[in-house]
Amino acid sequence: MTDDVILKISHVSKSFGAVQALNGVDFELRKGEIHALAGENGAGKSTLMNIIDGILQPDSGEILLDGQVVRISSPAEAQKLGIGFVHQEISLCPDVSVAENIFMAATNVSRAFLTDYQALQRDAGVILSQLADIDPSWPVRELSISNQQLVEIAKALTLDCRVLILDEPTAALTEKEAQVLFQIMRRLADRGISIIYISHRMAEIFDNCDRVSVFRDGRYIVTHKVRDIQPGTIVNAMVGRMIDNLYPAKMTAAQTSDEIILKVSNLSEAVRFNGISFELKKGEILGFAGLIGSGRSEIVKGICQLEGTVTGDTWLNGQKLALKHYSDSIAAGMVYLSEDRKGDGVFLDMSISANVSALKLGQVSGPLGIINTDKEDGQAEKLGHMLNLKHGQLSDPVSSLSGGNQQKVAIAKMLSVDPKLIFLDEPTRGVDIGAKSEIHRILRDLARSGVGIIVISSELPELIGVCDRVLVVREGSISGEVAGDAMTEENIMHLASVLETQKKTA
Amino acid sequence: MEVAAPEPARGGGNPLKNMFRMRETGLIAIIVLLFAVMSFASPYFLTWVNMRAMAMAFAVEGVVVVGMTILLISGGIDLSVGSVTALAMVIAGWLFLQGVDPWVASGISIASCTAIGAFMGFFVTRIGLHHFIVSLAVMVIARGICLLATGGRPLGLYTLPPEFKFIGQGSIGPLPLVIIIFLVVVLAFDFMLRRTTMFRKVFYTGSNEKAAAYSGIKTKKVIFLTTTLCSALCGFAGIIYMARFGSAQPTFGIGMELNVIAAAVIGGASLSGGSGTIFGAILGTILLSVVSSSLALLDVSVYWQDIIRGSILLSAVSIDHYLHKIRA
Repeated sequence: MTDDVILKISHVSKSFGAVQALNGVDFELRKGEIHALAGENGAGKSTLMNIIDGILQPDSGEILLDGQVVRISSPAEAQKLGIGFVHQEISLCPDVSVAENIFMAATNVSRAFLTDYQALQRDAGVILSQLADIDPSWPVRELSISNQQLVEIAKALTLDCRVLILDEPTAALTEKEAQVLFQIMRRLADRGISIIYISHRMAEIFDNCDRVSVFRDGRYIVTHKVRDIQPGTIVNAMVGRMIDNLYPAKMTAAQTSDEIILKVSNLSEAVRFNGISFELKKGEILGFAGLIGSGRSEIVKGICQLEGTVTGDTWLNGQKLALKHYSDSIAAGMVYLSEDRKGDGVFLDMSISANVSALKLGQVSGPLGIINTDKEDGQAEKLGHMLNLKHGQLSDPVSSLSGGNQQKVAIAKMLSVDPKLIFLDEPTRGVDIGAKSEIHRILRDLARSGVGIIVISSELPELIGVCDRVLVVREGSISGEVAGDAMTEENIMHLASVLETQKKTA
Repeated sequence: MEVAAPEPARGGGNPLKNMFRMRETGLIAIIVLLFAVMSFASPYFLTWVNMRAMAMAFAVEGVVVVGMTILLISGGIDLSVGSVTALAMVIAGWLFLQGVDPWVASGISIASCTAIGAFMGFFVTRIGLHHFIVSLAVMVIARGICLLATGGRPLGLYTLPPEFKFIGQGSIGPLPLVIIIFLVVVLAFDFMLRRTTMFRKVFYTGSNEKAAAYSGIKTKKVIFLTTTLCSALCGFAGIIYMARFGSAQPTFGIGMELNVIAAAVIGGASLSGGSGTIFGAILGTILLSVVSSSLALLDVSVYWQDIIRGSILLSAVSIDHYLHKIRA
């Protein structure tokens, strides 16, 4: 690592409607360093990276590459400037071969009229062989999620990039694969490539990065050399206050109950999961952890008949369930909050009131099925007030709200049916910190009032902070359970990935 | 908590946005303006006879516009409306000529059109084909059946009983029955669409089909039913046309789908589903009809009318797109 600055961000701001995603942000990347970005969801990291990659344009501020002001108008432009971005979501063409996926980006910046496929295939093979044992001629569809992630990285590497952005690349990787990736990152850095590394895992930042910059609520907070500080320093900078009071108090021993809200026995689905059994007790918040693609969402969707053909038995409050369709699940009082809020959680262009009432229109309508708009508004008003929803008119479309408030609308929709049990899939993804801790408090209040709460989250600190007990899912089955002091990121990660390492060494 | 969540955007920022927020207001203003200009340009325009003729012209098509609007809101589209309307006439007319009672023949005809809608709904929801393709195929097939059954010539139905013809030709007081039927259909569906749980599900489905499924709504059933309803209303419209013309015309309604879709879209229906109102769509129908009639009175060539109609559609859709962009 040298002190030469390769990329400098100066006073960059960006807003989406009324939401200020970035507010006069500064950032400096040196040649050959691995620079971690830390910050809660919604802190502005992704927006900043999208600006560097040309996906978004800043409202104001400058980007300097090698001391020259540059305007990055598109990802193609960014590639030409030597900036590679490996997104968290995999964006490969599934039906096309690994090699061709890697070419796709390379041919895009090539100025030559004809493409030398043989040379590219060779290059792709060389780069892939450093990363993993992947056959370049395989269609991407055939690869595991972790190998697809590695192909994404290989794709960026073929471009001769000087700046490589990795957005949570280890989210879908096993421990072992992650270690390989870190070695590769270090080799690249030694070759003079600068890496921006986004991760929520403190251990990864401290073991593998040179410097770390913290963002919070769209603002740049501080940059430290990793060796000069402790993880607590970063966490406090991320949160802006002491971590202790971020999460609500947990269930006390006195509140424990033997009453079982949900009992699941030997639940299986054709391909997605197998032999799932667990119980949820009254008053507790149960967490589901697991890597992306492990089947944790599929299990809860299976329980409430949203997806898949499921076998096995489920009891809700002692009643055996025979659900045929998700609407039966709603009628039984079991609802699912989707992880993809904009994709399938809310109706963005419909009013707040209409969103809140969507699960059970019968509640706000008369005997002829005529909707009583006063009743409908009243319901939205009441639940909105309870959730501290910040909104204009109830007739405004949900798209006019901030991410956190949109999520509160989605939660209000769940609560409108007086549920007995709520599955929340990534309940605070893309939500600002204020709303996030409010949502956590709401979950705790609901659990205390006797509503069953099951939370799925990729953010381990969230699971550990919010849940009384966490089940870990790995490749479609429950690989373990942690509770109390045993709920640590290390233990959960171990359970989420250890079996595969064993299998490989065996 | 130092930084509060930003306040949600309210109306008020952009005046253009607010003006167009009430699309119906804008449409009414344009229609009134057209009336004002035309009453100066042509002394004949603002006469009862002309008003009545214009209303008769859009009333029956308005029934089809209602079905199309509901289908568009659910996220579908139907290119077969013109053919199916013609087929309704041909089926009822042919049966009548075979000696079937005209009322029974009409019932069978409307049922057949409903079945055609269900047929399309099946292909869309069960087989998983796109509305556009399915209805394009049915548009051609239905037209083919019309021509095949009639040899391409209109069926003259001179012996239709007067009480049947009354549907299309009679008046109650000063109001033609056709217009009364139109008003009843429009008011009923406008109310249902705005206020009933059944039709609210149409909005949920069109706005975000996955989110609707995640709200326990049987979205396929909703789409199946809106597709069927649209064809059923075409059947109904076809019967009214038959009563009005006293004949069944196998070539009737060619190009009708474009007019109908244009009217709904001008009135605020979105081709991507989730938005639209009956009131708006009817205003769109009236606007297009007034424009046509005005151009005719001003002796403008019919060919110009198509160009102008297309331009109106393009402007309306562009404005819509622009508004969506600034709202996002």
